Amino acid sequence: MTDYKKPLPYVHAETKPYWDAAKRHELLVRRCRACGRHHFYPRDFCPSCFSFDVEWVRASGRGAIYSFTVCHRAAQGFEADVPYNLVLVDLDEGVRVMSTVVGCPNDDLKIGMPVEVVFDDVTPEVTLPKFRPAALPE
Amino acid sequence: MGGITRKTAIAGVGESDLGYTPDKTFLQLIAQATDRALDDAGLAKNDIDGFFSAGWLTMESIMVAEYLGIRPSYSDSTMPGGSAFEFHVQHAAAAISAGLCETALICYAETRLSDHKRRMAMNFVSGAPQEPEEQFETPYGCWVPIPTYALAAQRHMHQYGTTVAQLAEIAVAARKWAALNPLASMRDPLSIEDVLASPMMSTPLRLRDCCLVSDGGGAVILTSAERARDLRKKPVLVLGCGEAHTHRGISGMPDLTVSPAKLSGERAFRMAGLSPSDIDVLELYDSFTITVLLQLEDLGFCPKGEGGRFVEGQRLAPDGACPTNTSGGGLSYLHTGMFGIFLLIEAARQLRGECGGRQVARAKRALCNGIGGSLASSGTVVLGTD
Repeated sequence: MTDYKKPLPYVHAETKPYWDAAKRHELLVRRCRACGRHHFYPRDFCPSCFSFDVEWVRASGRGAIYSFTVCHRAAQGFEADVPYNLVLVDLDEGVRVMSTVVGCPNDDLKIGMPVEVVFDDVTPEVTLPKFRPAALPE
Repeated sequence: MGGITRKTAIAGVGESDLGYTPDKTFLQLIAQATDRALDDAGLAKNDIDGFFSAGWLTMESIMVAEYLGIRPSYSDSTMPGGSAFEFHVQHAAAAISAGLCETALICYAETRLSDHKRRMAMNFVSGAPQEPEEQFETPYGCWVPIPTYALAAQRHMHQYGTTVAQLAEIAVAARKWAALNPLASMRDPLSIEDVLASPMMSTPLRLRDCCLVSDGGGAVILTSAERARDLRKKPVLVLGCGEAHTHRGISGMPDLTVSPAKLSGERAFRMAGLSPSDIDVLELYDSFTITVLLQLEDLGFCPKGEGGRFVEGQRLAPDGACPTNTSGGGLSYLHTGMFGIFLLIEAARQLRGECGGRQVARAKRALCNGIGGSLASSGTVVLGTD
């Protein structure tokens, strides 16, 4: 049992590899073998060219903030977190994902900020990919 | 294209009791609005053979038709959110032009404020768990609509230097129009400073950047232009229509600074054979201040990125060069959840010259633009007196 009260994803066959990978702390995205494009959220086909020849590829986990908002009114289950941030991250692979940035004060969030994926094991069954400010290259 | 331009007209409009109606169900409000629209047109219920409605309940359109005692031969419950009724105008105009029906009723109501107070608010966002948004957005605390429109506003500010004071100009102009509308919910003066001092909802949007929550409904009757000429009121011709949707969840929006009004607007202007400079009065969906700003750009009233500067100096207000949202809009008149029906009602009245203290002088052409979901769908309707 878990005391995690926030909404959890309903995982089905089409997306199970994504969520299984997240549990292993890997970020997967779909790539079309026909046209080469990545897409998100994962589907069994390419929403650009409609080929059903798609593969799972491991994403770099790096990207940049495309936009963000700091929510002062909570979604159900998030009341204790207010104010919390929501971000849209453009991954280096060219797909956009919604997530949240951890390890960064809300006031320091900026569009264009480089971020990298981190994995939050919110329950024994579910891991949510989140992001943190990217470490500077050494 | 152009095959249905000027073939149909709005012959009647009406709204139900508005604001806070705790003693009435949404069905009662729909019946009230329909009765008033029929009376406005000088038609009877049995003249209606085309039925158009949209709502959130299961098989709502056939429920509403049953309640009203209407058994239509043409029926459409297209439901793209708040733009539904602009979509319905195009569909009804096409059906009437094709001879599939003669007189169409477009109707809708919600009791969102009463439901909220009764704590039976329908969470219209939280759908079935199979929905992609439930899987990839909701677990992060995303909800619709305030944070999703906030993401768009933040991006526009970053990309084009738009300021929160410029967004506030839109709310202030709406309030000035509302002060001239006896039916408007919020009529007290509002300043840019008031908007910027209102509680933060989701950065950068504050309370006064957001629409109201109200009860109410409306009805619009559309018939052939030929038949409309013999009815009670001056016909309001459908000159052009366009519709588009590009995504559902905000993560799927191709560019957060471009709404599908770009596509629907181009289609409507092409059908009408008109351009933005031909429009005398604008009725734009104002769920949020940013919604209006994006539509002004996407419909071609100013270049992309110039919306902030365009709305400065109260250009949208009663004395401004671009009269917009003359009822006071969703920001100050009322917002029942899907404001698109009220855009059509106000535009029809402006073109008939019935708007009293808020009448736009010599208004001959009006543009209505509905937006649904998270900037997801757009329906444009260009109306005119000739």
